Amino acid sequence: MKQSITLGRVSKFMGLGFLSTLKDLFTGNLEREDFISFLRKVIVPLASILLFIGMWHLGAKALYQREANFKVEKALTDQGPAAADEMKACIASGDVSCQPNTLPAPSQVWDSYKSLLKDHNAISADKAAFKEKTEVLNTERIASGLDPITYTGRPSFIDQIIMSLKTVFAGFLLALIIAVPLGILIGLSPTLRSAFNWFIQIFKPVSPVVWYLLVFMIVKTILIDSTDDSSFIISFISVGLCSMWATLVNTAMGVSSVDKDYINVAKVLKLGPIQKVFKVILPSSLPLIFTGLKITLSVAWMVLIAIELLAQSPGLGLFVWEEFQNGANDSNSKIIVAMFVIGIIGFLLDRIMLTIQNAVSFNKNEGI
Amino acid sequence: MNLKSTIIKQPTVPGENGIIYPSANVMLDLNQLKKVYPTPKGDYVVLEDLNLKIMKEEFVTIIGHSGCGKTTMLSMIAGLNEISGGSISVLGNRIKGPGPDRGVIFQSPSLMPWMTALQNVLLGVNQVFPDATKAQRNDIAKYYLQKVGLEDAFHKKAADLSQGMQQRVGIARAFAIKPKVLLLDEPFGMLDSLTRGELQDILIEIWNKEKITAVMITHDVDEAIFLADRVVMMTSGPKAKIGDVLNIEFERPRTRKSVLEHDDYYKYRKHLIDFLEH
Repeated sequence: MKQSITLGRVSKFMGLGFLSTLKDLFTGNLEREDFISFLRKVIVPLASILLFIGMWHLGAKALYQREANFKVEKALTDQGPAAADEMKACIASGDVSCQPNTLPAPSQVWDSYKSLLKDHNAISADKAAFKEKTEVLNTERIASGLDPITYTGRPSFIDQIIMSLKTVFAGFLLALIIAVPLGILIGLSPTLRSAFNWFIQIFKPVSPVVWYLLVFMIVKTILIDSTDDSSFIISFISVGLCSMWATLVNTAMGVSSVDKDYINVAKVLKLGPIQKVFKVILPSSLPLIFTGLKITLSVAWMVLIAIELLAQSPGLGLFVWEEFQNGANDSNSKIIVAMFVIGIIGFLLDRIMLTIQNAVSFNKNEGI
Repeated sequence: MNLKSTIIKQPTVPGENGIIYPSANVMLDLNQLKKVYPTPKGDYVVLEDLNLKIMKEEFVTIIGHSGCGKTTMLSMIAGLNEISGGSISVLGNRIKGPGPDRGVIFQSPSLMPWMTALQNVLLGVNQVFPDATKAQRNDIAKYYLQKVGLEDAFHKKAADLSQGMQQRVGIARAFAIKPKVLLLDEPFGMLDSLTRGELQDILIEIWNKEKITAVMITHDVDEAIFLADRVVMMTSGPKAKIGDVLNIEFERPRTRKSVLEHDDYYKYRKHLIDFLEH
């Protein structure tokens, strides 16, 4: 019998249980007993979000005031009362040249978010126009064996997000390809386990920055005669190497700690080694492998920012660094926008992993 | 040892390589079996000088105090536990490790929780009948699942089944691979008494049809009498061996009612309880 898929089931499956409560509210299905749970699941989070924004707003205002007072004070001591009055007026007028540079308020961040979107639309239009202009020329160039002319303008914020996602997925895939098979081998063979143990223990705690430098040393030499930009390759390999350890350790642990009953069944049925691995050992260690993969993906996303910054790969990491270096009026609020984008994407990636995990493994986890 | 004459039906037949086995009716032969666990304080002898012959189509239950080495013996027969001395033979061939000629029903159902009931049974069937078509193998698995009353649960995940239903799948899995010997390690120990009774009935019903030589460990005196042709009583460890053997002469097929109402029932029961209390 095919079970009907309802919003409730899907949202619970993805660890987004509060959505179904929200739906009950709008459809009037909410029982009196559910009211407490509704309060807890919907009202409390909403209230805490508002409280957070409120405190942020007040904090930003206080910091702004402190910075402004200091500027006026400085003008007074350095240049005299006239300059101080001028500074006061300038700050009050909201002029870009004299704005206090500090933690931006929520409204400024929202404005920056909108301006980044606008910027993206402008760049997209620009790109489309460029494509149209070069279309004829490019088909001619391809026909005569030349490389097409590509758009070399500045990437938009959205382009940078996409670049970061590409890097993190490439890194995650690399971690998966290395760590899962290696973890299975290590888990199956005590000999391999002792051979690799030192390796795991020593390299697991190494910082992302050092991994980046190591990968840089190697890739730079390998690609010595290539003129292409190697920053993407270097950053995704570094991300993969930094983040694969959780998967490696969890896979090895899962494989080596399969329930003895299952192993006995496999022995009695005389399953061959391949069948034993694919029918018994892997499915039973899948929950732990996925726990590892989930940690790997979140670590990958976390170290990505630092690595992109170092590798000058045009993703979110570089965006944050460039905005910080830039020091423009709205740089700080753009950095906060990036912070939220990074956080939300990280959360979504985690939910995606949880959904896949629930779909493929036998014990269900409700996300936290 | 006094063996029931009724179960010896087949004449002496040549075995493999033309060698004539003197006791062609012996399915399982434990000869001077010994099990030693080395400990820091010296060797711990669990079983010693254990001799037991089990005939074809015989159902033997083994009873004894906890920790006397019953499970050790059974897992040695299954090939899951190393033999320290002596030998175990199936149809005259010494066993080397586990194999599907000896099906095991474990105390915990030990199903793969990520597989459906059908897939769990197929896991064994595919292994034992590699030359059968997919449809044939499916039919075998479904037949045995039907036999244990799970015709509505073919495609249910093992993890979603109750303990009793899981153990039914365990029974189906063991019978479906058509083993020469069926080994049961307290298969109903974890179930409530009502479910236990149901499963005993199911087990004996299939067994009556298949007549697979069975060795079953149990703690339950009534279960031992109801199911067995012979009840083997083991002495308490260390150095456990066969203490006594009781032939149960009830006719088959048996029903619970006919067994309980039989004149000899309390005689058998007293015999077993007297042994266990001494």
